[in-house]
Amino acid sequence: MKEEIIIAGFGGQGVLSMGKILAYSGLMDDKEVTWMPSYGPEQRGGTANVTVILSDEKISSPVLDKYDVVIALNQQSLDKFAPKVKPGGILIYDTNGIHNRPNRDDITIYPIDAMDATLEIGNSKAYNMVVMGALLEAMPYKLPMENVVKGLKKSLPERHHKLIPLNEQAIEKGRELLKK
Amino acid sequence: MKEEVRLMKGNEAIAHAAIRYGCDGYFGYPITPQSEVLETLEELMPWETTGMVVLQAESEVAAINMVYGGAATGKAVMTSSSSPGVSLKQEGISYIAAASLPALVLNVMRGGPGLGTIQPSQADYFQATKGGGHGDYHLIVLAPSTVQEMVDFVGLGFDLAFKYCNPVMILADGIVGQMMEKVVLPEQRPRRTDEQIREQCPWAANGRKDGRKRNVITSLELESARMEVINHKLQAKYREIEKNETRWEEIDVDGADYLIVAFGSIARICDKARELAAEKGIKVGIIRPITLWPFPTEAVEKAAQGKKGVLCVELNAGQMIEDVRLAVHDRLPVEHFGRLGGIIPSPEEVVEAIETKLIGK
Repeated sequence: MKEEIIIAGFGGQGVLSMGKILAYSGLMDDKEVTWMPSYGPEQRGGTANVTVILSDEKISSPVLDKYDVVIALNQQSLDKFAPKVKPGGILIYDTNGIHNRPNRDDITIYPIDAMDATLEIGNSKAYNMVVMGALLEAMPYKLPMENVVKGLKKSLPERHHKLIPLNEQAIEKGRELLKK
Repeated sequence: MKEEVRLMKGNEAIAHAAIRYGCDGYFGYPITPQSEVLETLEELMPWETTGMVVLQAESEVAAINMVYGGAATGKAVMTSSSSPGVSLKQEGISYIAAASLPALVLNVMRGGPGLGTIQPSQADYFQATKGGGHGDYHLIVLAPSTVQEMVDFVGLGFDLAFKYCNPVMILADGIVGQMMEKVVLPEQRPRRTDEQIREQCPWAANGRKDGRKRNVITSLELESARMEVINHKLQAKYREIEKNETRWEEIDVDGADYLIVAFGSIARICDKARELAAEKGIKVGIIRPITLWPFPTEAVEKAAQGKKGVLCVELNAGQMIEDVRLAVHDRLPVEHFGRLGGIIPSPEEVVEAIETKLIGK
């Protein structure tokens, strides 16, 4: 098992923390993991992205050019990373604000309306966990939910642990988006 | 604190490792991409647990001179910075090397020259391995490629520093500093007691007792005949380090047609390139120097034997390649591939470089 994933969006959408929760969940599932952020001034208002690799084996390069799964949360990220999905791979994107849709027929594409789903939950901060739910449902590697919860506990500071049920609810909501 | 598996950034790992390996003092000044070292130490507040001192100095120059002072008393002390900040520390590093003191310096390299960029680079190879400061001296230079090695090299670094009374540099880059990986933190090693320091460091300026001779720590010796003796002693020590402490890792070197030499996180990008090349039927082996000084000259020479060409991949315009060329004596083509200014090459670009620079020739 090896999943090479990139999550890309605007700074402030929770891209990096979603990557961290994903990486921690993988760690709780006894996988080798790497989390490699783009860091620097481009994170302020511009695009932010993070590469997460989950694998049974030791991971070589933490930096990649082709991905099994691309998650794009704005138009710029979609334009930049849609061509970088490996043939047979998965592209998940939030339809909110997207005017140019991807046109590849060699990959599986899941357009999701994560923003609306988040508004239904009533807490905009849960946005990244809705997206995470869609990812968990779409990935061939089935990460057990109990390890995702452990990952949440590990990556959130203790004072935020009361928000874990909300995060679980958001993940479930994201899963449902994909089942539709 | 027991051994523990965690997920953390390389910079955070350095901070945890410093505490766990019984470091006595950290003196630093913030600079991207390594500010998390100081931040994590401030957050962990080791002064309340192990008694380790953590201090944000007023400048890089102050920080390295605090390290000089701490090291002179036999304490296990360290500093960290990134390229422009490490340039500022060079005078102090030369003094520490000249005075034969143990100390640990971390450089999380960013793109230069000058203030450059905050993105990853390996352009301080010359500075780290060929001096950096003035005079005939060497640091032991360790190049981590994983977050785990960031942890391990703090322990190894202090061990080597005290074994040889010599400053050790961990030469990392922005990738390994900023990425998160699984790490196993070691069990807490207690800080040494004053008695243990007296025993381990009879040279230390930590208070004269019981008729012991006065210990003077200095890098100054105006009498040339004596200064030459000091230089010869340093050189003898360096030869000893070269003999005992050269470290490297090899991946699929036997049976390969081409050899990549790369260090730090770039060696891992090359490892992925090795996998991609194999899919195209190109057999590539990798040798990763772990100690950049002493450089694994003989190992590189041996690994290159029978190969059709060598590609030196580094995030600079060609620095380590000089040591690689010296190692293989121009017996086979040695080419360089690198990206500059903070750009990280993809594994695909490395494969392309093998194809165009070695095979296409």
